[in-house]
Amino acid sequence: MLLPITALKRCCVFWGLAWLGMLVFAAPLHAQQRLIALDKLQSGLAFTGPEILDLQADDFANPALPAMDKGAKLWKQVAGKSDKSCQSCHGETSASMKGVATRYPAIDKASGQLFNLEDRIRQCRQKNQKASEWPLESDELLAMTLFVTSASNGMPIKVSVEGKAQSHFEAGQKIFMTRQGQMNLACTQCHDQRYGIKLFTDKLSQGQPNAYPAYRIEWQRLASLERRLRFCYTGVKAEVPAWGHKDMRDISLYLMWRAQGLSIEVPSVRK
Amino acid sequence: MLPSLSRRDYLIRFLQTTVGAWGVGVGLTNAQDMSVLGRVQDLSDARLRNFEEMVAPYVVRQTMKHEGVTLSLPMLADNGHLVPLSLKVDSPMTEASHVTHIYLISQRNPVPLMAMFVLGPWNGRAELSMRVRLSGTQMVVALARLSDGTFRYETQEVVVTEAACIDNG
Amino acid sequence: MTTARLQVPNRIIEGDVFKLRLLVQHPMDSGFLRDLEGVLVKRNVIRHLQCILHDKEVFRVEPTTGTSANPLFEFYLRATRSGELYFRWVDDKGYIGELRHNLVVEPANQSQAPKS
Repeated sequence: MLLPITALKRCCVFWGLAWLGMLVFAAPLHAQQRLIALDKLQSGLAFTGPEILDLQADDFANPALPAMDKGAKLWKQVAGKSDKSCQSCHGETSASMKGVATRYPAIDKASGQLFNLEDRIRQCRQKNQKASEWPLESDELLAMTLFVTSASNGMPIKVSVEGKAQSHFEAGQKIFMTRQGQMNLACTQCHDQRYGIKLFTDKLSQGQPNAYPAYRIEWQRLASLERRLRFCYTGVKAEVPAWGHKDMRDISLYLMWRAQGLSIEVPSVRK
Repeated sequence: MLPSLSRRDYLIRFLQTTVGAWGVGVGLTNAQDMSVLGRVQDLSDARLRNFEEMVAPYVVRQTMKHEGVTLSLPMLADNGHLVPLSLKVDSPMTEASHVTHIYLISQRNPVPLMAMFVLGPWNGRAELSMRVRLSGTQMVVALARLSDGTFRYETQEVVVTEAACIDNG
Repeated sequence: MTTARLQVPNRIIEGDVFKLRLLVQHPMDSGFLRDLEGVLVKRNVIRHLQCILHDKEVFRVEPTTGTSANPLFEFYLRATRSGELYFRWVDDKGYIGELRHNLVVEPANQSQAPKS
C-alpha cells in the first residue's frame, strides 16, 4: 500500500530536519560554550602593573632567567643509566621541541592517561634516560619545563580535545563551571564574567595558562601551572587536591582549549 | 546552565571573606608567622620605627644632611617581595671625596637594614640599583657615608599592596 | 649550586665608567615563610658578595633578609685595564658562589677624552 504523498513528504521533512538538527547541535557542543571569544583572549600581562611588565621585558634581569639558564644546562647534562642527555636524542630544542608546549596536556599513548608537559618530561627521564625521578615542582623539573616551553615562544596554543582527550576536557570544563569552596565560587564567575574588575588592588585576569611556568613574585620562584591552580583552590577556600591529581590536568586541558590561539609567553613574571 | 551569583550575594560573600581574613590577621600575635601576617595590611605587630632609630646604628654624632641623594622606588609597589630600588649620590668619587658606604634601611621590616654597600673612588659613580623586600607600606631611608665622615640621606614612602588571596605557600 | 649572570657593555674603553648588572640565583630565604608543606623554611641569605678586580675589592654588598630573592645588583666601575672580574658570594649555609668574567678594556685613543 502506497503512503499518501503528503504523509510521505511530512515524514521526509520531519526526519530531514531531525538529522539536520542533530548535526547542528551535536557537532562540537563545546564550541558553543566559549564564554570568552577567541578574539577577546588576553594574556595576564594585560591585567598587571608597570613593574611586572618591566621585569618581564628585561631580557637580562627577568627573575625567571636564571631558571632558563639552568634548564639549558640540564638539557645538555648526561643523566641516568642511559648515559644520555636530552640533547643526545632530541638535539636542539629550537628544532625538536618547537610547538610542543602548544599542544599539551595530551594523551600519553602508552598509558592512555592525560599528561601535562611536566609529566611527559618526568616520564622521558625515567623511562628513556633511566635516571632518578624529578619530583613535581622541583627546581630541575621547573627549569627543564621552562626551557622546553620556551622553544614554542610566540606560537599559538592548540590542543586536541578529541578522542580520548574529550572526557578529560569535559571533566575540566565541568570543574571550571562548578562552584567550590567556602567562598562557593566557580572559576568562570571571576575569570569569564568579571575579568578586568579589581579584587582588592589586583585586577582579575582571564586566568590564562599561556605563560607558565611563570616566576611568581609572591612565591619568589618559578611555579608550574599545577601549583597555580592549587592556589586557586586555596583562594576560594576549597580543599586543595594532592599533587599529580587528575583534576589539575583536566582543568589544564580545558584552560588550554579555552586559550586557543593565545601565544606561549615565557619566561614570564606574575604577581 | 551556568552558575551566576546576584551582585548582592557576591558582595556579601566577598565581605564575609575579607572581614574574616582581617580578623585572622589581627588575631595572630606571633610576629614570626609572617606568612599570614604578610597578607594583612594592618601589620599591628610590626611597629613603625622613627627616623632617628633607623639611622642611629650608623650616625652617632657626625653631620647628616638631607641632600645630595636621589632615591627612587615605585610609589605603589605591586608586591612587597620584589620592589625595585635605585639611588644616586652626588659625589665626584675621587680619592679626596667619595662615598664609602651606602645603607638601605626599612621602617617596618623585621630586620631594619636591607643591604649595605661598600664603594670607593674605583667605582667612578655612586649609583646603584637592587630589589628590596618591603613588609607593608613604609618609609625607606637611603643613607650614604662620605669619605670625610659625614652623611647624606634621602627618604621615600612606599605603599605596598599584597596579593588578593590568602596564601600559605 | 647557584647560577649567576653578568651584563657589561660590549665595548669598554679605558677611562669609561661603565655599568655592571649581576643577577644571582638565590632563594634569600628570610626564615619567616613556609614551604609547600607548611614547614617554616630556615633563614638562608647571601651574607656578602664582593667583586674583585686586579686583586682589589672594587664592590661589596652585604644583603639581609630585606633583599629580594634572586637578587639583582647594579653598580659602576671605572675602567683602567683588562683583567678578570671575579665575583664571590657566601650565604648562611656557607656555600660559596663564584662567577668569573674576562673584562676587556680597550686602550684609550690619544685624542679620545675619557667618558664618565
